[in-house]
Amino acid sequence: MLDFPRWRVWMLNTLIILGVLFAIPSVLPTHIRAQLAQFVPTPTINLGLDLAGGSHILLEADTSQLAETRLEALEDSVRTAMRRADPRIAISDVSRANGQLSFTVDSPAQVDAAREALLPLTSNATGSRDWNIGVNDGNRMILTPAGTGDETALDQAMDTAKDVIDRRINALGTLEPTIIRQGENRIVVQVPGLDDPEALKALIGKTAKLEFKLVDEQADPDQTAQGKARVGSQVLPYPDNPSGLPYIAVRRLGGISGDKLVKADPTFDSQTNEPAVTIQFDSEGGQKFARMTQQNVNKLFAIVLDGQVISAPQIREPIFGGVSQISGSFTTESANALSISLRSGALPVDLKIVEERSVGPDLGADSIRRGVLAAVIGTTAILVLMFLVYGRFGMYANVALVINVAMILGVMAFANATLTLPGIAGFVLTIGAAVDANVLINERIREELKRGRRVVQAIEFGYKEASRAIFDANSTNVIAAVLLFIFGSGPIRGFAVVLMIGIVTSVFTAVTITRMWVSRWVKRTRPHELTI
Amino acid sequence: MKLLKVVPDDTNIDFLKWRTWAFGISLLLMVASVGLVAAKGLNFGVDFIGGQMIRATFTQSASAPVTELRETVGKLGYGDPTIQRFGAENQVSIRMKLPEGADKNPELANAMATKITDTLKAGHPDVRIDGVDSVSGKVSEELFSKGILALLAAMAGVSIYIWFRFEWQFGVGAIWSLVHDVTLTFGLFALTGWEFDLNIIAALLTIIGYSLNDTVVVYDRIRENLMKFRKMEMASLLNLSVNETLSRTVMTSVSISLPLIVLVLFGPDVIFGFSAAMAFGIVVGTYSSIYQAAPILIWLKVGSHSFVPTEEAGSKAERISEGFES
Repeated sequence: MLDFPRWRVWMLNTLIILGVLFAIPSVLPTHIRAQLAQFVPTPTINLGLDLAGGSHILLEADTSQLAETRLEALEDSVRTAMRRADPRIAISDVSRANGQLSFTVDSPAQVDAAREALLPLTSNATGSRDWNIGVNDGNRMILTPAGTGDETALDQAMDTAKDVIDRRINALGTLEPTIIRQGENRIVVQVPGLDDPEALKALIGKTAKLEFKLVDEQADPDQTAQGKARVGSQVLPYPDNPSGLPYIAVRRLGGISGDKLVKADPTFDSQTNEPAVTIQFDSEGGQKFARMTQQNVNKLFAIVLDGQVISAPQIREPIFGGVSQISGSFTTESANALSISLRSGALPVDLKIVEERSVGPDLGADSIRRGVLAAVIGTTAILVLMFLVYGRFGMYANVALVINVAMILGVMAFANATLTLPGIAGFVLTIGAAVDANVLINERIREELKRGRRVVQAIEFGYKEASRAIFDANSTNVIAAVLLFIFGSGPIRGFAVVLMIGIVTSVFTAVTITRMWVSRWVKRTRPHELTI
Repeated sequence: MKLLKVVPDDTNIDFLKWRTWAFGISLLLMVASVGLVAAKGLNFGVDFIGGQMIRATFTQSASAPVTELRETVGKLGYGDPTIQRFGAENQVSIRMKLPEGADKNPELANAMATKITDTLKAGHPDVRIDGVDSVSGKVSEELFSKGILALLAAMAGVSIYIWFRFEWQFGVGAIWSLVHDVTLTFGLFALTGWEFDLNIIAALLTIIGYSLNDTVVVYDRIRENLMKFRKMEMASLLNLSVNETLSRTVMTSVSISLPLIVLVLFGPDVIFGFSAAMAFGIVVGTYSSIYQAAPILIWLKVGSHSFVPTEEAGSKAERISEGFES
């Protein structure tokens, strides 16, 4: 047991050195680390927001709204397909309810033709089917979502949403956000060092879906005020309506959406000198916009942002070139925020904030300073006690303990893990386990000596007998850590990660490494007596 | 060099003499804890009940104007705030329920936070906002259920392990002492009214980990002695095992308590409840290994026959730990 082949000594020493090397960057002051980073890679531990200060925002997608959007898009393409069919298929009574789209084919003879025209719409690029087609009462067609269409759509939407958020936050400048998807329909945004997330929230919470719709100029203002619209029209909120009525009726069809933009910049309106946003469509969007303005000169069109009308100017002349200006009651900030949102694209789903935490930098810094102070005092006390009680063997345990701390930090840095407050609890537990392992071993050696065993034998027995309890104790902790990682939420997982890393390094340093040192000492000095 | 002895050699304290008393008192304390939690409830943080918490420090004042804050914030029309000092005298946490409809429209929660912080800043130029937490009802329910689930899973998992490695009685003893420790810690939080949030779940997990570690060490020695002294009466055998491991128990508990006591006294205020819970747990966990986990074995009729039939558990333990050691 006290035999250590040379290759093993080398391997163990290499592991120690690697662990300690990886730990170094994390404990260096920032400016030195920055200089060092120019020459060698410096993986460091991230401090959690609870320690370093910053903002954490959890966004959740509205899945029902996503299904609704899909249904809306389907309705559009169905109407177009029916119109373009040759001969044209007349449909009526289109309704979207309970997640399905239904409509009546006016002439029952055309049902088969309608089904034919629907087929390309109902399957996706991979050939699998997104919608099932059913027919009721001979000529009423019903489209219901099939299979995993909704899930796939959500998955894609969340990926896109993540990218959009990433682009929007990057537009804010120097922040270093972490944006990750969580579960099926959530996105976590963490921004270290940002303790006032107002600007951030204004930016990521907006869907930024821009649409241009024709105003229904025949609408009866009284009806509109009650939220009622004629067939083919809808009533939208319009808070800044010059007429004083906070609603306006717009035509459902014949508008275009503003998702095909190549540019969006804050600017000032040349006439009123108020903040505004200029947008530029890509060539396809520009052509559509030109066509729409050409066909509707002198009519009013509404600029709709996230379902709310921001202004409804008159089309004085056709607009070619795809450049347009949006004015409404903007401030410089809101014009800037809107241009960033438009530039980065609309969110494919509405996201709402379900959890938000921000920690001021002072509190975090105070926590770290006092936490480190307490850790240093506490650890020093342990080291002194261990030395006083176990002498030379206490010293071995102490050096092993320091290496253990370094190795935990090193592994965490290497894995780019995050240290949080619960993580510190995990740290305390593993350091406790490491100390306990050495206490167990040393107490056992004492016992065996008392029973009259010779030194070398006592040491061998001490390690052997204590190993069983150490093994069981650490196995239970591993089991706990794994279960916590599986079942726990964010902070508890932070605890579990540190615990798992710490158990491995603790056993490694407190048992294997100290045994290597002890065996070298025993071989060199051949002790006949042992004070422990 | 003369080394320090924390515990004198060859102690022979009759720990198990008081086992019935200790068990009775523990049972009483556990019932009291459950009663306290039921009657007073736990002071749940926004992590678990949802709502908004604003933390603020009045940098130029000796103490925070809690009464005045209660009044001014209460007047804003969002309902009555829960205002508590935390840590230093001049630091407070203000907790509010989220406004009606905030689940649908997060802007409402936002507006409330802005209004409260603006009111604070207007009345007290020296105020520093240290953080704002908003947790929706849905998320807090999830955090709560996941936290409890993690706790239960960890307790069940480790007990099953102990059952496999020792005997079923040991598994029961282990889970009983874990339930004991966790219940008393819940009782402590109900009694003191300290805020109970996600960090406290982490503290509870640490307590479980430590208490179990302690139990395993005592159990390991009991197993060893059961195989060594087949004729010894159970109570004496437990006493012998506890005494043999006593200096290790004291040494480890003292070592681990040291950094925790320092954390309670000088550590960051934010984690006071967290460190205090862990320090409390170390004491309770050490006690429960001796007075709950061990005597339960007598009542569950563990005896010299326990590891005899196949010696499976013992020899398996030997094999595994040997492999692990080399």
